[in-house]
Amino acid sequence: MKAAIIVFPGSNCDRDLAVAFERAGAQVSMVWHKDTDLPQGVDIIGVPGGFSFGDYLRCGAIAANSPICRSVITHAQKGGYVLGVCNGFQVLTETRLLPGVLLRNAGLKYICKPVSLKVKTADSAFTQGYAAGSSMTVPIAHHDGNYFADDATLDRLEKEDRVAFTYDDNPNGSARDIAGILSDNRRVLGMMPHPERMAEPLHGGSDGAAMFTSLVNQLADA
Amino acid sequence: MKARVHVMLKTGVLDPQGEAVRHALGSLGFDGVNGVRQGKVIELDLAETDEAEARKAVTDMCEKLLANIVIESYSVELG
Repeated sequence: MKAAIIVFPGSNCDRDLAVAFERAGAQVSMVWHKDTDLPQGVDIIGVPGGFSFGDYLRCGAIAANSPICRSVITHAQKGGYVLGVCNGFQVLTETRLLPGVLLRNAGLKYICKPVSLKVKTADSAFTQGYAAGSSMTVPIAHHDGNYFADDATLDRLEKEDRVAFTYDDNPNGSARDIAGILSDNRRVLGMMPHPERMAEPLHGGSDGAAMFTSLVNQLADA
Repeated sequence: MKARVHVMLKTGVLDPQGEAVRHALGSLGFDGVNGVRQGKVIELDLAETDEAEARKAVTDMCEKLLANIVIESYSVELG
């Protein structure tokens, strides 16, 4: 299974994401934002956390218009898998591959701490390693993680079982406690919490590891 | 030609920064501020000299990059 991790100026979780995929058994390549083509035969693209382009204009807005993102959009439109974590989630909403937007945290503060999440659906390659309704603890580290979408969009996400994770104790004001959502074909996941930072015992926990092993297993079979 | 773009959060989108500014004004003794909304102004220096063409181009820029139309509205001033 081949993964490509996009690197923007200001990305800072790109190597963590690469290590998480590698430990799960994926072949990983790093792709610079100015590249226009993805490596041949890539199964999944990781859009990492960080502060791409200094969060200028809006978080993720400049990155979403970088040359490589055109290939990311094409990959997703052809049914390819994409995982966006933290700033990566912001980038995916700015590309419109995922609905809604991440606003400034309701408390206006940058928050960096482990949070308890509820897995809302096991019906995706990302979450099938978890039981629906189970809890997991992974860290958040963001200033703009307050998920916002209009009521019709939120209703549709819930009705279509596309809310992947919710916060048990909403830290940032996100609508309906949403921490992560899936695209309509369930192959694009955006989430604010960092599964790659809780993926082995030395991290203080490994609740995030199942996402990467389940992706590698599922996409290797495909 | 110069263009000035005003980007504001749409009505109904909570603006926590504006709310924080409102609280700070209150604590400075400025009473009676019922609401504060914070937006941004972007100034562009354009090669285009035709006003209609410039407006069309800047509107396109707003739709594609300068504003996120999910949460923001924009207005364009030329001149």
